[in-house]
Amino acid sequence: MKKYKILFQVILVSAFLFSGCMEDLNVEPIDPNVNTANNVFTDDAAYKQALAKIYASYAISGQEGGGGGNGDIEGIDENFGNYIRQFWGVQELSTDEAIMAWDDATIKDFHWQTWAPNDVFIMAIYSRIFYTISISNEFIRNADARIASASGTFLNDLVAFKAEARFLRALSYWHAIDMFGNVPFVTEEDLPGAFFPERITRDALFNYIEAELIDMEADLVAPVQNEYGRADQGAAWFLLAKLYLNAEVYTGTPKYTEALTYINRVISAGYSIDSDYKRVFSADNFASPEIIFPITFDGQNTQQYGGMTFILHASNGGGMPLNGIDGGWGGIRTIKNFVSKFNVSESDFASNTQYQSNDKRGMFFFDSGSWEWEVTNVGTFTQGIGVTKFKNVTSTGGPAPNAHATFASTDFPMFRLADAYLMYAEAVVRGGGGGDMATALGYVNALRTRAYGNDLGNVTTGDITLSFLLEERARELYWEGHRRTDLIRFGQFTNGTYVWEWKGKVKEGIQTESYRDLYPIPTNDLNANPNLVQNLGY
Amino acid sequence: MTKPKQVNLLVDSFGITRSPESLSLRGNSKSSAEVKGRKSYNVFSWFVIIFVFLMMQAGSLLLAQEREISGKVTSSEDGSALVYANVLEEGTVNGTTTDSNGEFTIKVQSGAVLVISYIGFVKEEVTITNQTYLNIVLQVDVQQYEDVEVVGIGYGDVKKADATGSITAISAKDFSKGTITSAQELLIGKAPGVVANSIGGAAGAGTKIRIRGGSSITGNNDPLFVIDNIPLDNSGISGMTNPLSTINPNDIESITVLKDASATAIYGSRASNGVIIIKTKRGVILKKGEEGKLALNYSGNFSMAAPTDFLSVFSGDEFRSVVQDRVSNYGLSSAALNVLGTANTDWQDEIYQTSPSTEHNVSLSHAIGSVPYRLSLGYLYQGGILKNNTIDRKNLGLSVTPSLLDGALKMDLNASVTLLDNNFSNNDAIGSAVEFDPTQPIRNGNTRYGGYTAWTELSDVNGINGLPNNIATHNPLARLEYRDNTSEAKRYILGGKFDYDLPFVPDLKATLNLGYDYYSTEGKDIIDPLASWSYREPEQQIKNYSQKKTNSLLDLYVNYKKEIGTSKFDFTGGYSYQHFQNEGENSNRAWDETVPGAATIPYKNEYYLVSFFGRLNYTLNDKYLVTFTLRDDGSSRFAEDNRWGLFPAAAIAWKMTEESFIGKSDLVNDLKLRLSWGQTGQQDVGDNFYPYIPTYTGSTSGAYYQFGDTFYPTLRPDAYDANLKWETVTSLNLGLDFVLFNDRVSGSFELYQNTTDDLLNNVPIAIGSNFSNYLLTNVGSMENKGVELGLNLTPILEQDLTWDLGVNFTYNKNEITKLTLVDDPTYTGVNTGDISGGVGNTVQKYIVGMAARTFFLFGQVYGPDGLPIEGLYVDKSGEGGSVSGNELNKYYNKTPDPDYLIGISSKVNYKNFDFSFSSRLSLGNYVYNNNASNRALYQQVYNQSGYLSNILTDVKDTEFSTAQYWSNTYLENASFFKMDYISFGYNFASLFGNNVSGRIGLSIQNAFTITKYSGLDPEVDNGIDNNIYPRPRTYMLSINLNY
Repeated sequence: MKKYKILFQVILVSAFLFSGCMEDLNVEPIDPNVNTANNVFTDDAAYKQALAKIYASYAISGQEGGGGGNGDIEGIDENFGNYIRQFWGVQELSTDEAIMAWDDATIKDFHWQTWAPNDVFIMAIYSRIFYTISISNEFIRNADARIASASGTFLNDLVAFKAEARFLRALSYWHAIDMFGNVPFVTEEDLPGAFFPERITRDALFNYIEAELIDMEADLVAPVQNEYGRADQGAAWFLLAKLYLNAEVYTGTPKYTEALTYINRVISAGYSIDSDYKRVFSADNFASPEIIFPITFDGQNTQQYGGMTFILHASNGGGMPLNGIDGGWGGIRTIKNFVSKFNVSESDFASNTQYQSNDKRGMFFFDSGSWEWEVTNVGTFTQGIGVTKFKNVTSTGGPAPNAHATFASTDFPMFRLADAYLMYAEAVVRGGGGGDMATALGYVNALRTRAYGNDLGNVTTGDITLSFLLEERARELYWEGHRRTDLIRFGQFTNGTYVWEWKGKVKEGIQTESYRDLYPIPTNDLNANPNLVQNLGY
Repeated sequence: MTKPKQVNLLVDSFGITRSPESLSLRGNSKSSAEVKGRKSYNVFSWFVIIFVFLMMQAGSLLLAQEREISGKVTSSEDGSALVYANVLEEGTVNGTTTDSNGEFTIKVQSGAVLVISYIGFVKEEVTITNQTYLNIVLQVDVQQYEDVEVVGIGYGDVKKADATGSITAISAKDFSKGTITSAQELLIGKAPGVVANSIGGAAGAGTKIRIRGGSSITGNNDPLFVIDNIPLDNSGISGMTNPLSTINPNDIESITVLKDASATAIYGSRASNGVIIIKTKRGVILKKGEEGKLALNYSGNFSMAAPTDFLSVFSGDEFRSVVQDRVSNYGLSSAALNVLGTANTDWQDEIYQTSPSTEHNVSLSHAIGSVPYRLSLGYLYQGGILKNNTIDRKNLGLSVTPSLLDGALKMDLNASVTLLDNNFSNNDAIGSAVEFDPTQPIRNGNTRYGGYTAWTELSDVNGINGLPNNIATHNPLARLEYRDNTSEAKRYILGGKFDYDLPFVPDLKATLNLGYDYYSTEGKDIIDPLASWSYREPEQQIKNYSQKKTNSLLDLYVNYKKEIGTSKFDFTGGYSYQHFQNEGENSNRAWDETVPGAATIPYKNEYYLVSFFGRLNYTLNDKYLVTFTLRDDGSSRFAEDNRWGLFPAAAIAWKMTEESFIGKSDLVNDLKLRLSWGQTGQQDVGDNFYPYIPTYTGSTSGAYYQFGDTFYPTLRPDAYDANLKWETVTSLNLGLDFVLFNDRVSGSFELYQNTTDDLLNNVPIAIGSNFSNYLLTNVGSMENKGVELGLNLTPILEQDLTWDLGVNFTYNKNEITKLTLVDDPTYTGVNTGDISGGVGNTVQKYIVGMAARTFFLFGQVYGPDGLPIEGLYVDKSGEGGSVSGNELNKYYNKTPDPDYLIGISSKVNYKNFDFSFSSRLSLGNYVYNNNASNRALYQQVYNQSGYLSNILTDVKDTEFSTAQYWSNTYLENASFFKMDYISFGYNFASLFGNNVSGRIGLSIQNAFTITKYSGLDPEVDNGIDNNIYPRPRTYMLSINLNY
């Protein structure tokens, strides 16, 4: 029996070891990449990384590179659920600037203007907007908690970080007011949990964004002084200017004078028009003095099948030049109504697939051998006209920094000075105080001189009308995510006189109902939050 | 109940191994330790050990007042001496066994009660007064010879006749010998209420098992597997197709399926989808005089698997005319003609093969002294019909079942090792083979892609050696050759169960059960640089992964059995502690080491479960049976306030035939009515280990953000629900067990209703309230109602001819009864059922009032020619306008789950021959033919980027040009009858005059299918048929030898 005693003792000991206790149920994450909210900010460096997440939330949609993994939002493929990708979709696909060939869910509905409240892509951009707002709130709470005890450079950094988080939150709320109008409203006062955010009306949200930007502006780094990629005062002024320029749409009350106040600040902040228009959309655009606020992408470090990678690949195919990418996905192209703004027609491309008009801003592709000018089947990519504006090579044709065959290194120019020039002209024409026509003419011609390479395209004061400005904005800013907002401001997005191919799901284009100037509150959120009310018409 | 055993030692050995347990479980025994020296309960516990030590110290004291008694034990049948019978002083561990003459000598005190028992005989108790010699004649236990079925019910066993819950037992004799290569196949078509579908036809493919429909939406719907007392972690592991695939089916002794909450509640939180208890074989004690003799079994088989059918696509010649026709008559760009080839390649034929498999198992059962052990060795090589797809599995199993302290301490120690080498081949080849242009040759002489024809970028001047076209189909044969996707997995399971009969409290025993389950895998997935798809994301060319799971278990429980008058009590109560740990890493890099982007991402997670449980079985007059079960479970996945879930259950059963006013007759042998109610839970939400804790997740390389010249990793706050708690299933079950016509018909009939509340559900939440748009939270309710009938018939029972027939019938109806926190009748449900063809396209819904995953599609309008009209749908809403743009025009139609499932299996033995089959009839299961909806469209023939794609000939049924994903023309009734196997065998009692018995058999698996479904195979997981690895038909020759 003695020998068994040893066995018993072994089992006895292991039994005690095993049985542990219920304390074991109190777990803490053991994954090297996961930390609890209580522990993560014990390291000051964490604040900058948490801030980086808010910025990154526009560029990529999860915590892993490449094809993704560990996505931020659900209910949509991670690569589709990307902020810039869906922002681009709602702002561009719904207009005369772009049309989509793919069969993904309801993606064609954008151009047809037939979207419904349960649209998965509208859900995605709405979710991304509020995702960014939620994590900004979290950052602001954490920064507030630390500012009291911080000192020195770290304190200065933290103050700027917090202001940047507020800027980004305001930027996303601007997208919300522009696209959805009356939306749920959460600030740093609302702790995460299970609750129903209150609804805010478009008017009240306008006041909130305005007040936020004015309040935080002083805490931001001075214009052109911040690290590349981070927002500075110029970005906040630009956003205020955008908000005021569209105030009449958002609240019914025009604020063109206020717009001019901030446009003037932006213009005199130290940014300058890039001598090379092409560079603003190439892989070396990080060096462009014109960009006020970019969303950055990098082939090696900021990867995703969304953002610029999406814009570059989806708009390529049908024999188009690759411009630094490894192949096209044959999705987005533009239509005849848009290219006509550059006075080009099908025959111009007969001998040159990349014919360029005098206005060098028009960068198109059309192979008369295999492409068709008219879009008779929306699903056929080679019907329509290819757009080569964005490139994943430098402006001189060299490889992109950290070049990657698949992932783009070109940054997305969210705000740039040329836009401010045109906003100036528009605010003046619309009667805003603080500007004049002569200066407006100077700004417009500065852009046109760059576009033509000479002054042959220059206009006179008399040419600068609202309808000219809408056209000029299209020529200067196409595919940069402004078109829907602009068309609405000029009353042409839905029921205006301007129709384009396949608007209203009709080949020749028809007017659509004006309620579509706002996107619907997604069904998911209407169901989840009883405080919300669907936008009129849906 | 069961039939006479066959001439097959395998089966004999089951009987023998099972018998001691049967004996010890007879409720009328006053001591459960009558089978001293044999395998029985293996009881132990740490606190018991203290008693053991005390016992050993006190032993001499106890012996002081003893006197010696001798005697002889004989059989009532023929008066022969019973060798190795147990003689035990009741309530003590004092005992002995009879010698070769049936005689024994024992020292006992006056007044002691001696219990004499022998396997297969009714035990006898003798009170010692002044006897010096005892002549004991044991009566043959008739019931014992009937081979009383004992079923595992978790932390103990029960006689099947005394079970109060809904239990289906499948014992080894029900298994189709020689045709089974995985443990899961044993369940297919065998038990009512159990739906087991193999997931495709790959070598070693897993099986999806659902008991009474799934109870959860987001949570795990797999039943809990308990193998040799160790509840398994059922989640998969990378590189191992399914944890169950590591169990050698030849080692399985029995499978018990627990279905209602009364039966499953003892497993509480992990049991809401039912429990499957698997027991593996144990060593056998041989009769006196036979010790030293080995029981040796060999089983082996050789099989050939062949594809049954291919998807119907156009041949090269047909495709050329299709393309020409589209160009000439339908406006397809003539550029399509430029890339058309001249070959006729049948790509599907090229990637599949007829593939051999073989399996060999040797088991040996023996005893060293009085310590029985069993050793088994297994080897399996299985080839998939897709080229390069193989598995290679080696098993080693050892169990040792010693008894100590004169049988009071029984140990059941087992260890198993499984080594599994997988070659997954490249399943992408399957879809590629359907789509790749049949006019292209396999090789076109390029130098860039190893000669394999590849579509290149239209704009590249280098032609066939140009940049690859990334969105084009890649060469199916290059897919096979240029991907090396293999893994090596290992699994070790160590189990130790210790049963101890407590010496001072009669009828009380304690059990300590320890389990350690370790599995690991190392895998690689390498794309050759010659592959045309290796250019995209070059840093992903070489991927390596490793994963390690370590699960440990400790159960400690006591069992107390007592009879008072006509009442019998059987109480089990205890504690269980489990820890699950999962860790590993994934790495990737490019062939060219200078290409940046190489990364290694580690991960590590764990969770704990702590439980207390108790069960009381009460029997009155052997007629009325009552069971109460209670389990309290704590999971580390939930916050302290919500952590514990209490799961009660109660059941009553009435053995009607024990009533004098009903009585047993030749017509009605046995009737038992059962009613149960109970609750179980669900906490398994997959990879979400800390769903209630606010956490931050860092970003990995490639997901950094640029400030200045520096790229910063980011920190993300993760969504969490601090109030997350258990999902609860409440189940109600009414059952009737019956044995009729002189045991020729037996079976059970069940009615049940399972209601799931507080569904752990990943649902859209109020935006802005948390750090995502979806959150795992408790919302919604679901109901499963059903009827089950299991029947075992023996239409013929003659000397030379027996015919057994098993029929089981299942009807299950699933309905979602609640989905949102806020009651909203206008809620349009949650989309599900992603299809291939466009991202975000779904064809199913979760919606209140419907079954889970109900199809949601437009009503197709057909023309006078019977063909569907492209894009024209029924305007159901009457709102006019664009019908296809209005979701209100979609209908809720049908579900992927069958309404009725009928399993039919049969076995005929004639003299030495046996013939058996197993089949299934599935009625009312609908399948969305995604292969047709996505691959039978003229538009796909030519892509603007310069490549051609073959399409399915199904296009002739629709003539559709563009995708019409939501047309209900693709929804088909996929009811089917499937002959899972047919087998024929010859049994022999001796071979070459030796003492070797055995069986030689021939069988066909997946013999045939009868269905109207137009796709390849109507058996489709979740009802969406796309790119499945076709199930092969397998011809097998098998041999069993027993020595």
